[in-house]
Parts: sequence; C-alpha cells; structure tokens
Amino acid sequence: MPFKIIASQCTGCSACEPECPNVAIAEKGGTFVIDPKKCTECIGHFDEPQCVAVCPVDNTCVIDTSLARYQGPA
Amino acid sequence: MKNHPCYSEEAHHHYARMHVAVAPACNIKCNYCNRKYDCANESRPGVVSERLTPEQAAKKVVAVASTIPQMTVLGIAGPGDPLANPERTFKTFELVREAAPDLKLCLSTNGLALPDHVDTIKKFNVEHVTITINMIDPMIGAKIYPWIFYKHKRYTGIQAAKILTDRQLQGVEMLDARGVLCKVNSVMIPGINDRHLLEVNKAVKSRGAFLHNIMPLISSPEHGTVFGLNGQRGPTARELKALQDGCEGEIRMMRHCRQCRADAVGLLGEDRRAEFTTEKIMEMNVKYDVESRKGYQAKLEEERAAKTAAKPSDLTKRANNGSHLKLLVAVATKGAGLINEHFGHAKEFQVYELSSGGAKFVGHRRVDLYCQGGYAEEGRLATIIEAVSDCHAVFIAKIGGRPSAELIKAGVEPVDRYAHEPIDKATIAWFEAYLDRVNSGTIQHEERGDAAIRPRALTSAV
Ligand code: SF4
Ligand code: SF4
Ligand code: SF4
Repeated sequence: MPFKIIASQCTGCSACEPECPNVAIAEKGGTFVIDPKKCTECIGHFDEPQCVAVCPVDNTCVIDTSLARYQGPA
Repeated sequence: MKNHPCYSEEAHHHYARMHVAVAPACNIKCNYCNRKYDCANESRPGVVSERLTPEQAAKKVVAVASTIPQMTVLGIAGPGDPLANPERTFKTFELVREAAPDLKLCLSTNGLALPDHVDTIKKFNVEHVTITINMIDPMIGAKIYPWIFYKHKRYTGIQAAKILTDRQLQGVEMLDARGVLCKVNSVMIPGINDRHLLEVNKAVKSRGAFLHNIMPLISSPEHGTVFGLNGQRGPTARELKALQDGCEGEIRMMRHCRQCRADAVGLLGEDRRAEFTTEKIMEMNVKYDVESRKGYQAKLEEERAAKTAAKPSDLTKRANNGSHLKLLVAVATKGAGLINEHFGHAKEFQVYELSSGGAKFVGHRRVDLYCQGGYAEEGRLATIIEAVSDCHAVFIAKIGGRPSAELIKAGVEPVDRYAHEPIDKATIAWFEAYLDRVNSGTIQHEERGDAAIRPRALTSAV
C-alpha cells in the first residue's frame, strides 16, 4: 500500500525527499508528492516508513486508501 | 570575534551580518516551533524566510556584501536545521568562499547531526557554530522535544532527549577540540527549564563553549506551536535578567540578542531586505571588491578606537559616588551608541542597568512602532509603557506631549535633554543627578515592578 502526502498540510520543508529509499518523493508546486508506483512503504529497507518518521506535521504522510484497488467491491 | 555583530555589544553598532535560508528540513521537533515558519531557535516564531537555492543564496550574499561594506558575517540558520540539509548548507559555503573569501561564516544547529559534520565545518573554516541547548537532563528534554529523527528512526520521549543531549554535548567538545568557536543558545521556558539552565550553563562552559545566550520563550496561541497552544508562558523581563545574572561569571553572556529574522540584511535591527529580493539579485551584475571593503572597514576601526578611548575618565567619576543603588533605564537608539531615536519611531529600547559601577547593557525591549505615519494609536502607547515599566527613565531624542505625560503618570521619567549624546555618558550624568536628588531628599527612590516581554513578532519591518 503506497503512501501519499496530504498537500494541504505539507510545509514543503523537503525533509522527506532525501530519506526515501526508492526516490519516490519529489517537489510539485511548493509541496511534495509521492509516486505511488515507486513507494514500497520502506519494507525491506527500514523498520518504519521514512517519510512518516521525519515529517514535522503529524498525519501528513498517510496510506493512500483512495486507490481503486483498496476499495472494497461496490 | 570582536567584529562579529552578534557577539559583541559594541561591534553590533558597526558591523552587519546576514543570514540566508537554504536549509528548510529539520530532524527534530521542538514544542516552541511551528514548522510552517522559520526555525524558532534562531529567529522569531511566526516569521517566514524566503527559501533560496545555494546558487541564489551565494549570489545574494555577494550582492549584499558589495553594497554594504560593513557586512562581514554570513550565517546559515533556519528555517530548518542547516545540518539536516548538509549538501545545501555546505554547497552555499563553498560558493561563498569562492566569491567572497573575506566573509566570515557561521551556522546554527540543534546539534543532533553536529558530530557527523564537525570535520567539514572545520574544512570550510567556519568561524562559529551556534547550538541550541535547552537541557542536559532527558527528563526535562522530553517536555521540550516530542521526537527526533535519528539514524532512520523516530525516537520519542526520554529516549529522544537522551540521544539529543549526548549528541549536542559531544558536538561542543568536538568543536572545541578543533578550535572552532562554539556559542550556545538556550530558550528559557518558565516552569520547564528555567532553573535547569544554570546547569546547562556549567555543562557547556566546561566543554569549551565561549558564549551562552539565554533567550526568552516567545509564545502565543497564534503561532500555532505546542507551547503556544497549551498556554505555556514566556519569562518576564525580570525573570530573564535574574537567570542571566545567575549565569554571569560562569561564561560570557550575551544580552543583546534580538532574535532577528534569519534573512535580515543590513545592520542588526535595521532591515534592508526589500532592496535585495531574489528577483532583483538575479538581475544584478556585481563586482566583488575585497580591497575597497578592507579600506572601509579600516576606517570604521579608527572611529571605533577613537570612541572607546574617550571612555575611562567618566568611569573614575562614577566610581566614588558611593551608592549601592541600582536601577534600569531604557534608551531609544538607532545605533552608534547614541540616544538618537524619537520615542514614536522606536521599534525597541535598549535597557541599561545604572549603578556606581557605570552603565551596563542588560537587554532589549521590543515594541511595535508607536507612531505609524503620524497616527499615534492609543493601544500602542500603553503597550510600550508596559514594556519599559520596570525602568526609572526612558531616554529619547524627542517625545510628544501626550506620551510624555503618560510615561510620567506611569512613574517613568521621559528624558530628552541628552538627545544625540552618547548613551553611557548621558545615562550616568542623569544617574548622578538622580542620586543627588535622592540624597538631598527632593525625591525618594522607589523600586520599579516587572515588565512584559512582548510576545508578538515585530511585524512592522520597513
Ligand atoms: S513510505 Fe518509504 S518508500 Fe514510501 S514514500 Fe515514504 S519513504 Fe518512500
Ligand atoms: S516532510 Fe512532510 S511537510 Fe516536509 S515536505 Fe515532506 S510531506 Fe511535506
Ligand atoms: S530545530 Fe528549529 S526548525 Fe527544528 S523543530 Fe526546533 S525550532 Fe523548529
């Protein structure tokens, strides 16, 4: 399950960007975004998702449950 | 050192420093910080600096230094922690070293990453490193820092504070071992670390820090910080001074810190940012002339020497007036050690303690501009009076009738007869006359109450 960044809460501090082992995070218009195709939740690299651990604003890097494949059958 | 405006009370009036904001990321969380804004350790809460790339920053530095020959120091501070962004920080230093080799470099950090970068800091010949150390006891630290991010892991509570304090003190020792000057900043948080800062003072001194600057917590709900929201108050002026006095003798204390904006340009306090926006700078074509800067600075040195030489005679005069009386006075000044600011234009007052030992600078009181283009807002006057209410007198170059009457009503004497005279001479002359009046029974000496430290950031930047 990939993570996403809630843009309205992101301060644009850039702290998460260099921490991502998959280079999944990039700047877009002042805030940062995660490429869901690249995010592996840090599994195999670190014990905790690095973007979550370093982000100064709680609940800003969160699991993206809106992706179609996480929605239950309608 | 004597020419670094942040470290010498006197150089403060003659030399300028500049900060650039190139390092927005941080690796810890402080309860007095709201990360939407600058690092509260080095700047004032609620202030946002313009973020620059190292290339933009270097260009700005060169442009400013060419225009303002007094600009001798470049610092990298917040927003964020410069050592949590080592590539950007050191790239900026590298570019500035090439373009403007005579500038002194300094940087500020929370210390967590410091031990990893001490050798690089030494390599770039960084003059001073400022570390913000608010505790050496993890139990206290846990109340100030909710978490740190260290070696790919988030630590919380006492464990986090333990790692942080170990790394900070190790950093102080490593800097000392390499001959890099280390200054320590502490934020005084009443009820949390106020008395504890005396121990911090001893701990950093014994490890080689040369200066300790205790700053008041500036906290209010609109900053959106943890402390601001839970009602944690900052210290009063008297509490701050008592703590600073308690630390004195242990190590040199710095009392003139104004918690300036990280990107302030120009002589301290006198903000010239608008002249140097990124847009304007990218268009500028600057020639950096080390020789003409040197010439200017040599002239400045002569003026300073002349001024310092004039002092000793007054000292003997005040030494034998035999009184133990001590009191505070506030002075409106634009710099150069003179009483040269109008009451209505003062953004801050310098506070001096007068005694038979002379006039000793003990701090600043920030006030919002009382006179906004001719309109004197009623509420502001009350605010200023509150800010200087522990002083016996206010020295100004000029003052209007109403503010003057209000000050007198509040028990603070407005003194404008020493307009444009040197602060030390004038305040001592006034003090001697005051003592004469007390001795002859014309007036009675009364202790003054405490004063408020203004919680709001200075928003009326020019
Ligand atoms: S969870 Fe890990 S892999 Fe996914 S974006 Fe965050 S840091 Fe990168
Ligand atoms: S660490 Fe958080 S606030 Fe900073 S850029 Fe990443 S998502 Fe935004
Ligand atoms: S070190 Fe500075 S930027 Fe980081 S949380 Fe503390 S005050 Fe904020």
